Amino acid sequence: MNLTLKIWRQKNDKETGKLVTYPVKDISPDMSFLEMFDVLNEELITKGDEPIAFDHDCREGICGMCSMFINGRPHGPKRGVTTCQLHMRSFKNGDTIVVEPWRAAAFPVIKDLTVDRSAFDRIISKGGFISVNTGNAQDANNIPIPKPDADASFEAAACIGCGACVATCKNSSAMLFVSAKVSQLALLPQGRVEATTRVKNMVAQMDEEGFGNCTNTGACEIECPKGISLENIARMNREYFVANIKS
Amino acid sequence: MSKLDSKIPEGPLEQKWEKYKSSVALVNPANKRSLEVIVVGSGLAGASAASSLAEMGYKVKVFCFQDSARRAHSIAAQGGINAAKNYQNDGDSTYRLFYDTIKGGDYRAREANVYRLASVSANIIDQCVAMGVPLAREYGGMLSNRSFGGTQVQRTFYAAGQTGQQLLLGAYSGLQRQVGLGTIEMFARHEMLEVVNIEGKCRGIIARDLISGKLERHFGHAVLLCTGGYGNVFYLSTNAMGSNVTAAWKATKKGAFFGNPCFTQIHPTCIPVSGDHQSKLTLMSESLRNDGRIWVPKKQGDTRKANEIPEEERDYYLERRYPAFGNLVPRDVASRAAKERCDAGFGVGTSKMAVYLDFKSAIARYGHSKALTQGINNPSAQQLKDFGKLVVEEKYGNLFEMYEQITGENPYELPMRIYPAVHYTMGGLWVDYNLMTTVPGLYALGEANFSDHGANRLGASALMQGLADGYFVIPYTIGAYLSKEIATKAISTDHEAFVSAEKDAQGIIDKLFAIKGTKSVDHFHKRLGKIMWDKCGMARNEKGLKEAIAEIRTLREEFWKDVRVPGSANDFNPELEKAGRVADFIELGELMCMDALNRSESCGGHFREESQTEEGEALRKDEEFAYVAAWENKGNHTYELHKEELKFEAIKIAARSYK
Ligand code: SF4
Ligand code: FES
Repeated sequence: MNLTLKIWRQKNDKETGKLVTYPVKDISPDMSFLEMFDVLNEELITKGDEPIAFDHDCREGICGMCSMFINGRPHGPKRGVTTCQLHMRSFKNGDTIVVEPWRAAAFPVIKDLTVDRSAFDRIISKGGFISVNTGNAQDANNIPIPKPDADASFEAAACIGCGACVATCKNSSAMLFVSAKVSQLALLPQGRVEATTRVKNMVAQMDEEGFGNCTNTGACEIECPKGISLENIARMNREYFVANIKS
Repeated sequence: MSKLDSKIPEGPLEQKWEKYKSSVALVNPANKRSLEVIVVGSGLAGASAASSLAEMGYKVKVFCFQDSARRAHSIAAQGGINAAKNYQNDGDSTYRLFYDTIKGGDYRAREANVYRLASVSANIIDQCVAMGVPLAREYGGMLSNRSFGGTQVQRTFYAAGQTGQQLLLGAYSGLQRQVGLGTIEMFARHEMLEVVNIEGKCRGIIARDLISGKLERHFGHAVLLCTGGYGNVFYLSTNAMGSNVTAAWKATKKGAFFGNPCFTQIHPTCIPVSGDHQSKLTLMSESLRNDGRIWVPKKQGDTRKANEIPEEERDYYLERRYPAFGNLVPRDVASRAAKERCDAGFGVGTSKMAVYLDFKSAIARYGHSKALTQGINNPSAQQLKDFGKLVVEEKYGNLFEMYEQITGENPYELPMRIYPAVHYTMGGLWVDYNLMTTVPGLYALGEANFSDHGANRLGASALMQGLADGYFVIPYTIGAYLSKEIATKAISTDHEAFVSAEKDAQGIIDKLFAIKGTKSVDHFHKRLGKIMWDKCGMARNEKGLKEAIAEIRTLREEFWKDVRVPGSANDFNPELEKAGRVADFIELGELMCMDALNRSESCGGHFREESQTEEGEALRKDEEFAYVAAWENKGNHTYELHKEELKFEAIKIAARSYK
């Protein structure tokens, strides 16, 4: 099929960017969205132009690195997939596709479609862990964990840190991402020990990074490729409330 | 006498590690604060090593090329992690895990290393659970296990089909905790381009800041390469797009030997190639072979749809050839058997280069037991199917989804189509028992080293090895070296060795830009991949390997004459990154073929067509080849072979049979 791509080109975080139009031809429906970008880039290189910079690595929906805002939606039109898992069979011949980077004050553009998401790492380093040093562990089965709790914790832990939740949110809030980590650990007995400080420190860092407030629009849950649920935000709010009463 | 000293401690196998651990030199806390360690790579091995060393008091710097440490490719491991916990009471033990690993590796691994790996395996599970990794549980709250290829016990721990993700995020959380505490300095979007040696010891690295393009010099009393495997030499593999050999390869140019480069693992269950545009291959976890049955039609060139082929016209060839292990034979055996059927004309799908992986019987079986637990004694066919699907979904749901997204087919209704693909590399930098390479102070951990899997890795053992090296081995063994380094003050990065290493790195970048050729980096990478897959892939022979070496040499020359690298060096430039990596892959590819040519036996993933039994099974030559091939880079694309003899004292070396 033949398509018209409108792609955001931006040299670096200092210069302003703009949408540039590129026609692409003979795209197979079995191609992934990123493979279509490979084809386009190959063409640009042979022509002597600079290829489009975009983040990607695993190309199987697990590393969280790919991040394209496609026709107004992070990771494109399909629910429950990352950009790299999107296939061209989700589009039809003649379509115009607009591709932009994640947009949020806390995610500055590096180049073209690549943004800086290190704010997420800094939030994790403020509390997204259990403080146990190597070698301090007891036998794993000494802490029985009810299956429903273990499963719920796992579901929250499935977050890949892609930032689609932030990109789609009109407030650029990072609540879904932060609450997923808070929930994962809060649901486990091992994680309860530091629950109070964890939630307070992570929320403080989230605010410092310049992410917006959550006004419960629910857009994040819809766009999250890993199905992280809003329940996590509710749980984090409870944890936060309790943490503040305690202190 | 060989230049290789494996430094394996004396004493009986079971006591080597315990005794060594309690006798290895320690570094006192005050001294640790002034000792600096560089860790390159932030996967399971890198993240676990970095956080453990930082907790102990060392000053640590961590480098990764991705935008965050959490993206390292360990994250993509699906199936599980082995540990000799014997929670299932099925007779597992440290010895059995050790034995399975040596046998699975086709007797080409070091006994002492593998025994140590098996004995720390249980600690890994404890550690990860304490750190909040949500591994799968049973209703009683205890951890759940599944079985994996090459074993007859259930010792694999898992988190649905995302075990690597959960373990990596656990290790990453430990790493970020130390970043927050200021004991680790993290350098994301940085790529290591050179190793710096001073007076025969490794003292640092040159790294490129991938955003600004600037080269940086970093000093360390020791450097740990935790940079994963080199499967992307084949262009198409299950590795991430960025996975590369550059760090390890640069190390070989500074004196580190490369061990068993031809030992690559072709994973039997991947989604088949769909066209020329294909950029990578996706694995379907080996755990699927627990419940999926592999078959092809009994008739050659059968064009019927899978569902139209009756039971009696299906050839469950693994069950037929290997009744004892059936669908759970090790990876190399399963891969070769699939290739054999497809080459003989029994393949399925449009390309005919695929076999079926079918869940129909599993769905029916699980449907029955689920119906029973629900108290339904006479379930309808639909109920059975629905119940069965529920159970299968719980076990493999995300894998089934992944398959459907890629192929557009629903695997609950139609069998999956699968074909082998490059997945893992057992070869890697040669290391001694301390995980030190042949360069003092330079270590290699995880997939980047050659040490524990011999000629074939068993499923669910990569995660185990990565974390064993990082959490439980290096924190002890590094003391043997660093305890003698306490008097060494941090060396200024103005030292001439840093200056000249930086010049070398800059020289390569300048040279790449100066070519201004006509073909993209991918063009060369794809051609390299094709040569490697055709001639150094699942089956190898003398003629093909010799051709491959000649072709790779030509390709190398062409690359350096005709590659086009767009943009500039002082900028974020993914094409430049790729160019440097592919240049190294081309050189490595040649060495892999040389190693494969030298090893004229079949063992594990390395199948030499000249060396097989009458039934077509791999034939090892223990008299001649029971050694590790460690290659020394002599410059100018020449290599010298050093042999480390493998001695089997605890295990009787035997032909590997899964019949
Ligand atoms: S919560 Fe979902 S959308 Fe947000 S970072 Fe995690 S996986 Fe991505
Ligand atoms: S590239 Fe890893 S999730 Fe898309």
